[in-house]
Amino acid sequence: MNKIKITFIISILFTFISCEELIPEAPAENELLDGPTEGLSHGEQLQFLKGDIAFNDEVFSSVTGLGPGFVATSCGSCHAGDGKGHPFTTLTRFGQSLPNTLPDLSIGGPQLQNRAIPGFEPEKLPNGVPFMKFTPPAVTGLGFLAALTDQQILQNVDSLDADNDGISGVPNYITPPDYFEQKWFHQPVNGKIIGRFGKKAAAIDLLQQTVGAYNQDMGVTSTFEPVDPMSQLSTDPEVSDQTIRDVVFYLRTLKAPIQRSEENNQVLQGKAIFSEIQCASCHIPEWTTPVSDIEALSDKTFYPYSDLLLHDMGPGLDDGATEGSAETFEWRTPPLWGLGLSPNSQGGSYFLLHDGRARSIEEAIVLHGGEAENSKNQFTALSEADKKALIKFLESL
Amino acid sequence: MRNFGSVLIAIACLISLETNAQIDSTLLKRMPIDTSKNLLNMDAVYNRPFLQVGKLPVSVGGYIEADYSYIGEDGVTDGHSFRVPRMTLFVASSIHRKIKFLSEIEFEEGGEEVAIEFAALDISMHPLLNLRGGIVMNPIGAFNQNHDGPKWEFIDRPLAAVDMLPATWSNVGFGLYGKYFLKDWAFGYEAYLTNGFDDAIINNGENRTFLPASKDNKERFEESSNGEPLFTGKVALRNNKIGEIGLSYMGGIYNTYEEDGLILDEKRRLDVFAVDFNTTIPILNTFIVGEWAWVNIDVPATFTQQFGDKQKGGFVDLVQPVLNGNLFGFDKATFNVAMRLEYVDWNDGTFRETGESIGDEIWAIVPAISFRPTAQTVIRLNYRMMQQTDLLGNPPAKISGIQFGVSSYF
Repeated sequence: MNKIKITFIISILFTFISCEELIPEAPAENELLDGPTEGLSHGEQLQFLKGDIAFNDEVFSSVTGLGPGFVATSCGSCHAGDGKGHPFTTLTRFGQSLPNTLPDLSIGGPQLQNRAIPGFEPEKLPNGVPFMKFTPPAVTGLGFLAALTDQQILQNVDSLDADNDGISGVPNYITPPDYFEQKWFHQPVNGKIIGRFGKKAAAIDLLQQTVGAYNQDMGVTSTFEPVDPMSQLSTDPEVSDQTIRDVVFYLRTLKAPIQRSEENNQVLQGKAIFSEIQCASCHIPEWTTPVSDIEALSDKTFYPYSDLLLHDMGPGLDDGATEGSAETFEWRTPPLWGLGLSPNSQGGSYFLLHDGRARSIEEAIVLHGGEAENSKNQFTALSEADKKALIKFLESL
Repeated sequence: MRNFGSVLIAIACLISLETNAQIDSTLLKRMPIDTSKNLLNMDAVYNRPFLQVGKLPVSVGGYIEADYSYIGEDGVTDGHSFRVPRMTLFVASSIHRKIKFLSEIEFEEGGEEVAIEFAALDISMHPLLNLRGGIVMNPIGAFNQNHDGPKWEFIDRPLAAVDMLPATWSNVGFGLYGKYFLKDWAFGYEAYLTNGFDDAIINNGENRTFLPASKDNKERFEESSNGEPLFTGKVALRNNKIGEIGLSYMGGIYNTYEEDGLILDEKRRLDVFAVDFNTTIPILNTFIVGEWAWVNIDVPATFTQQFGDKQKGGFVDLVQPVLNGNLFGFDKATFNVAMRLEYVDWNDGTFRETGESIGDEIWAIVPAISFRPTAQTVIRLNYRMMQQTDLLGNPPAKISGIQFGVSSYF
C-alpha cells in the first residue's frame, strides 16, 4: 500500500514539475516598443536600466515632490510600455496664439496642471485663452531622431514650395533654455535652434523634453528648472540631476520600433500606395544617423516616417494656440513607427492625431487637411482593397 | 527597528541560556492542537500550538516559513530566489483564569522588519463579554486574524488580503468580543476602536490607492494620525455541519485633516466591507475557505483617478486531502491537492475622459500540492499563474512560475 501511495505522490509531483513552460513566453521583439537599442556596452546597459527604473517605476507623491499641481504621477503614467498615451493624461497647453511670442506666465501655463494633491486646488483654464490638447506620444526611437543633424532636417525644408507639390515644411526655431547644451550638429539661427520633439516641435532635445515633463507634467522641480509651475516660485530640486541624465540616456537608447509583416503582399502593396499618394513626402521613411557619442546610434539607418518639420494641416486641425515659431495650424509630422502597436498602450484602441480625436487610422487620415489635403483626397478615392492595403501597411509599422 | 530586533534576539538568547542551565527539557510540555480546524475564525489568535515549561503560566511558540521561487513575467525572470519571508514568535501567559495575555512578534525578510503584530490583554467577564486591549488585529475579513503560514497550502498570502487589504493589519486600541454556543451553532462578535489609517493610502509610491501603505507608519502605535478612531466590527456564525460565515466592517476618517488647529483638508472616509466563509464538504472532506472585500475611499475629485475610490477583491481556496495515514513514517500525514483562485481590482470605475473601464487589476490561479507530515507542518509546491492589467486596460502582463516552501509551527 505504501508503495502505491509513494508512486501516486511522485507521479503528481512529476506531472506538476514537468509543465513545459514554467514561465510565460516573451512576446516577439517586434511586438514590444520598450527595450534597449542593440549594441550598448555593459556600462551603457547599466545606465539604461537606471533610466528605465526612473522612467517606469519611480512614482512621485507629495512627499517626494509631486505637485502641488500636476497631470501625472510618473513618466510611465503617460507612456505605458513607452508607447502613445491615453486621454487620461492628455496635456493642455495654453496662452499663445501668435508665433514667436513668449508665454504669458501671469495667467498661468504654459501647461495646465489639471490635478492637485489633496488640500490644493488644480489650475483652471483662464477664460478665453487659446489652448490645445496633446496626447502623450510614444517615446521609442527618440535617440535616433535626436542624433540627426540640423543640416539633415533642413534638407527637406521647402518653405516656398519650390517644387510645386503643395507641400512646404518648415522648422520650428526655438529659443533654447538656459541649461541647453549645444552640440556640433546644431545650427543656431539668431540664437534659436531647430525644435524636433513635441507635437509642435517645441523641444530642441531630449534634455529639454525631460526637464519640461518633470516640471510641467508632474510639478517636479530640478536644478535645470527650479521654478514650480503652479506657484511660479523656485523650490529645492525634487529630482536629481543624475536621475534626469539617466532618463535622458534611457530615452536616447530605447530601440527603434520594428516593423512587422514587412514581406506580406498586402503590406507591400500598401507601402507602394503610401508613396504614390504622397504620404511619404512628409512622412519620410528612411534616415541615417551621423556619428554619435553613443556608438550604438552611429551610422544607423532607421525608419521613423517623419521629416520633423512643421506643416499646415488646415483649419480642421487649427486649435488656435501655438508654441515657438509654429503657426496655430502647423503641426510637426509625427513619426509613424510603432503606429500599429498604439492600442497596446492606449487601452486597446486608437487615440490618434495630436489630441487623440481620431479613433482609427482611417479617421486620422481623413482628418488631414492643408498641405495633406491632396493626399487625403487621393486616399478617399482609393478602392476599398487599396485602402485596406494602406491601413495594413500602417498597422505593420 | 534593527536595534529593537537585535535586543529581542539578545534577550531571547539569554533566556535560552538561562533555561538550558536550569530546566530539564523533559519538563517542556507541548500542547499540540489541530491548527487546520478552528471553532471560529476569531479563535485563530489563541488556537496555536504552544510549549509550556512545567507549571509556569507562560507558554511560547511560533512559526517559520521558508521558500524558493522561480517566477517570470513575459519571458523575463530574475532566476532562482530563496527567502525566509517571516519568522514569528508567540508568548502567552495566563495571569488569572479569566485574564490572559498573548503577543506575536514577527521578523520579516531575515529581520529586516520587526513588528509586534499582536500584544493584547484579554479580560473575560462573561463568554459574551470580553475586554481586549493593546495591539490588536483588526477583524476585517478572515485572513487578517488567521494568517499563520502553516495553516495554508499556499506560499504567497492572498493578494486581496495583503495588497488590497493590509494584512497583517494591527493597531493599538480596545474592544469587546464574545461568543455564544447552542448545540451545533456558534455565534461570535468583535468590535474594536483603534488608531487607523493615514494619508499614505492615496499618497504613496505604489501609484494606486493602497491601504497597506499605512503599515509603514509605525507612529500609529504611539498616536492616531488624525485623532479619529477606526472602528472595526465583525459578526460570525458557525454551524459545525455547514461551516462558518463572517461579515465584517472597518471604517473611519483616514486623512490628517487638521494639524495644530489648522484645517488642512476635508475629512475623508475609508469604508471596508468583507464577507468570509469556510466549510468542509462532507464525504469528500474538501475544505473551502475564502473571503471577498469591497473598499470605498473618499479620494478628492481634483486628485488623479490613478488612485481609485473603489476597490474589490478576494480569494477562494479549495483543499482536497487525497491521502491520509502513515506516509513516509509519519503516522498522521496528509497529502493534499489544492487550488487558489484570486482577484483584485484596485480601481473599480470608469475614466472621466472616455467613460471606459479603468484597469489596474490582477487575477491568479494557483494549483498546489501539499504534504502535511503533521497538522502543524506543511511542505508545499505551488504553480502561480497571474495576469495583471495596468490602469489603462492594456494587454495584461503574464506572470507565472513555481514556488516551493516549508512552514511549521515550533
